[in-house]
Amino acid sequence: MAEERDDSPGSTPGLTRRGFLSSVSAGAVVAVSLKDAPPAAAQEIEATGSTVTVSLHVNGATRKVLVEPRWTLAYVLREVLGLTGTKIGCERGECGACTVLIDGRPRYSCMTLAVEAEGHEITTVEGLLEGERLGPVQQAFLEEDAFQCGFCTPGQIMAVEGLLRVNPSPTMDQIRTAVSGNLCRCGAYTNIFSAAAKAAELRKQKGGA
Amino acid sequence: MTEFYDRLEENFRNSFEPPAPSEDTMDPWGETRIVGKGIPRVDAYERVSGKALFTYDVILPEMVYGAILRCPHAHAMVKRIDTSAAEKMPGVVAVITGSTPGADISWYGAQSKLFDPHCRHQGEEVAAVAAQTPYQAWDAAKAIKVEYEELPFVVDEDSALKPGAPEIHPGGNAAGKPRPQTRGDVEKGFVEADIVLEETFRTPVQMHTTIETHGSVVKWDGEKITVWDSSQGVYDAGLMSFARTMNMPYNNVRFLCPYVGGAFGSKLELGKYTIIAALLSRKASRPVKLMLTREETMLCVGNRPNAKMTVKAGVKKDGTLTALQLTCVFTPGAYSSMAFVGFLFQELYKCPNVMVLESGIYTNAGRSRAFRAPGFPTAAWSLEQMMDMLAEKLNMDPVEFRLKNFTEISPSRRVPYSSAGLKDCIIEGAKKFGWSETKATKTESGHIKRGVGMAAGLWMMGSGGPPYTAEVRMFADGGVTVKTGAMDLGTGTKTTAAMVAAEELGIPVENIRMINADTAITPYASSSGGSMTLASLAPAVRRGAWLVKRQIFGWAAEILGVTADDLEIRDKSIVSRSNPSKKKTLEEIFRTKGVLDVIAIGNREANPAGKAVMPFSAQFAEVEVNTKTGEVKVVRLVGANDSGRVVNLKSYENQVYGGMTQGLGYALTEKRVMDPQTGKMCNTNLHDYKVPTALDVPVRPEVVPVDLKDNECNNVGCKGLGEPGHVPTAAAIANAIYNAIGVRPTDGPVDNRMILELLSRKRRG
Repeated sequence: MAEERDDSPGSTPGLTRRGFLSSVSAGAVVAVSLKDAPPAAAQEIEATGSTVTVSLHVNGATRKVLVEPRWTLAYVLREVLGLTGTKIGCERGECGACTVLIDGRPRYSCMTLAVEAEGHEITTVEGLLEGERLGPVQQAFLEEDAFQCGFCTPGQIMAVEGLLRVNPSPTMDQIRTAVSGNLCRCGAYTNIFSAAAKAAELRKQKGGA
Repeated sequence: MTEFYDRLEENFRNSFEPPAPSEDTMDPWGETRIVGKGIPRVDAYERVSGKALFTYDVILPEMVYGAILRCPHAHAMVKRIDTSAAEKMPGVVAVITGSTPGADISWYGAQSKLFDPHCRHQGEEVAAVAAQTPYQAWDAAKAIKVEYEELPFVVDEDSALKPGAPEIHPGGNAAGKPRPQTRGDVEKGFVEADIVLEETFRTPVQMHTTIETHGSVVKWDGEKITVWDSSQGVYDAGLMSFARTMNMPYNNVRFLCPYVGGAFGSKLELGKYTIIAALLSRKASRPVKLMLTREETMLCVGNRPNAKMTVKAGVKKDGTLTALQLTCVFTPGAYSSMAFVGFLFQELYKCPNVMVLESGIYTNAGRSRAFRAPGFPTAAWSLEQMMDMLAEKLNMDPVEFRLKNFTEISPSRRVPYSSAGLKDCIIEGAKKFGWSETKATKTESGHIKRGVGMAAGLWMMGSGGPPYTAEVRMFADGGVTVKTGAMDLGTGTKTTAAMVAAEELGIPVENIRMINADTAITPYASSSGGSMTLASLAPAVRRGAWLVKRQIFGWAAEILGVTADDLEIRDKSIVSRSNPSKKKTLEEIFRTKGVLDVIAIGNREANPAGKAVMPFSAQFAEVEVNTKTGEVKVVRLVGANDSGRVVNLKSYENQVYGGMTQGLGYALTEKRVMDPQTGKMCNTNLHDYKVPTALDVPVRPEVVPVDLKDNECNNVGCKGLGEPGHVPTAAAIANAIYNAIGVRPTDGPVDNRMILELLSRKRRG
């Protein structure tokens, strides 16, 4: 246990929950809490403080992290693993900024708990890079000016990537439907459609599909 | 918001002062090599790779997370706050309330406080916590016990002025004294008219819904603070507002925001969350990230105010407008703010007699803020529908009727426009759209009714102006860094600035590196709002580049024995055009002069004296209305804009697409819904608040740039674009709906239910 990489936010110096737990018994924690806080709060401490270790397979690498069961995949990717390319816009599955691929299919990472993602292949926008080179969908978004502020863009890119993995030659209607779960408040939709079409071409040129 | 507009008005006044006499004025560009092309953005890589660091993405060592406890009631008085349980919650490092030292700060002018015990709408700030994780912060915020005295509330303007209505501020709910603004004599104008029409129009409260929510990350270093803020202005909205609020020297405050995930006016002022994060951070002695949730942004960081507009208009038989009168009532929410609905009536057409009267009424709802061309899409909704109503009565084509009332002289400023492109926008837009042909071949097929409509617009700012600065620095290898305090809200600011510098220096865009929006590094720029950025920044950048070039060419001329105007930069050398064998590398020249780089500050020059600088637009829409379901499908949109010279064609088109998309939402689906039973907002999320999706917009909207070669507005010849491209959309769609179904959609948004109601009204007669 001492050798494993600990990416949890509590792992920074100071009194961490984990360090605390390893130095005193669990019973002592409850006893202290009961003394200092009303019973209702103590229950919450137990429920929210419990952590589990999950192994996340992200962009081809396995990352072991200590998480609370309620933490979303979006939160863990961003704030724990530092993969901030995945964005958060609503945290309730409405805007699509947090879209990642789970086993190759676009999913809202704000609606997926990190513990649920264990054992699945997770791909984020960073995972589309080939070294420092842009992947074909990213390149197409660049060329077609398929964004304005760029905040919804990683989600749009992952939605298009997911589409093209199952449908390398989509029609315009299929493209529009595929990105309809990703809001672009800046309104760059028409360029996103063009980028999706161009991405399909670029992927074919590369021999991908 | 008031402050921002005061500043803009000041700029506008400045624009009439004659430019400082200068012997070294720059000639306007003729043909350009780079400017005008459509190129990918210089920061596209960062934005598509996931590497761009938005405020939300900043992670610092030892950083903790903030959360704000907000009042759940529409109107309440905080009687008691008990934070003792929250302070003992796991991970909690700081809890603050209004009684925390340093937290007694006035807000909204002096109408409220950072944590005001008098909560005037749902969502007002009551207390805040910082904890190791955002989850723990939310837990702790919920564990704060607050005793509220609930007060009677009012959330609709009609009830707010009735006797006995709950008072939101002492003295009643009238937000200031309405001041009529008049030109000529409207009563005389109505007498002179052959036709007088009157109609009342309503527009909804529209929410900004930036995809990156508002928030800040703050880090104290003793008395100094660094703030990453999702903002529209690191100087005015950031550093200066923060320093004043916290009573700190400017020098001790650093604001940065290289990437912002959407703003649309809602990030033009310092947020309470920034101050709260700073207070939490100071108390915890840890950096704090405080990003608002979607729900919080729906309640507390602004909206476009609604409006009830009664419009009376008079016209002669030949189509000459004789009088326009607007009475507008809106709610700024619980605190003072502006509507700006009247200006379009005063400015868009040549009309000798105009009277506008705007009055605001306080309600227990979130305060409005600037929202993309504040007041103008609202005004266009009523004015441009009224223009179509008049055209119909006159039996005139709407295009012809508008052209009839076109003017090259600013009616409210009484000076000529530097370029008056409205006429060309209408003509070129109509041509692109196929206006006459489409109208003539209108086909009906069963329950799907087709219709076409158009509307015109302009934007009162968009001239840009001083003070605005850019630093241009050339290295000995020919590479150039341009630094500016300007924001790039997604508008492509950095790319346009790089293109301007590359054009002036005669070097490729790839050789330019842009650094922006960091008060510790980049020189002053006013906030990015009012479509002021491009027309302020581009001339400053050109000036800076020109000064750098002049310095280096001066040296080279002396060394090479040629004249400076015979020189150009070629790769890493300065070369004589007439005799290319005469050349020196930049490094050799720099070494001779004992420098390693050349730096110049470009200052934005004054705007032309005696001219009004405004951008114009005209838009055309084609809709299909399903008379069975009430669904409106916008199948085509054409936007023609006079924003002067096009700098980057790609981002130009993209801006107009965006403006039209938001206008489409304003016309058809977007509306804040307040529950009169509880005084709370019903649709505080993106499921119930409906912004246009990929399936709601036309696949290929079209953009027509109109460029009248304005050599007077500034040294680049460009005007603002972001807002004028949004102004006419909703009105054009409304006119198209009328054309389709023969009933006028006076009240927006025209959703399915509204269409069915209009159709049933028509059937009943």
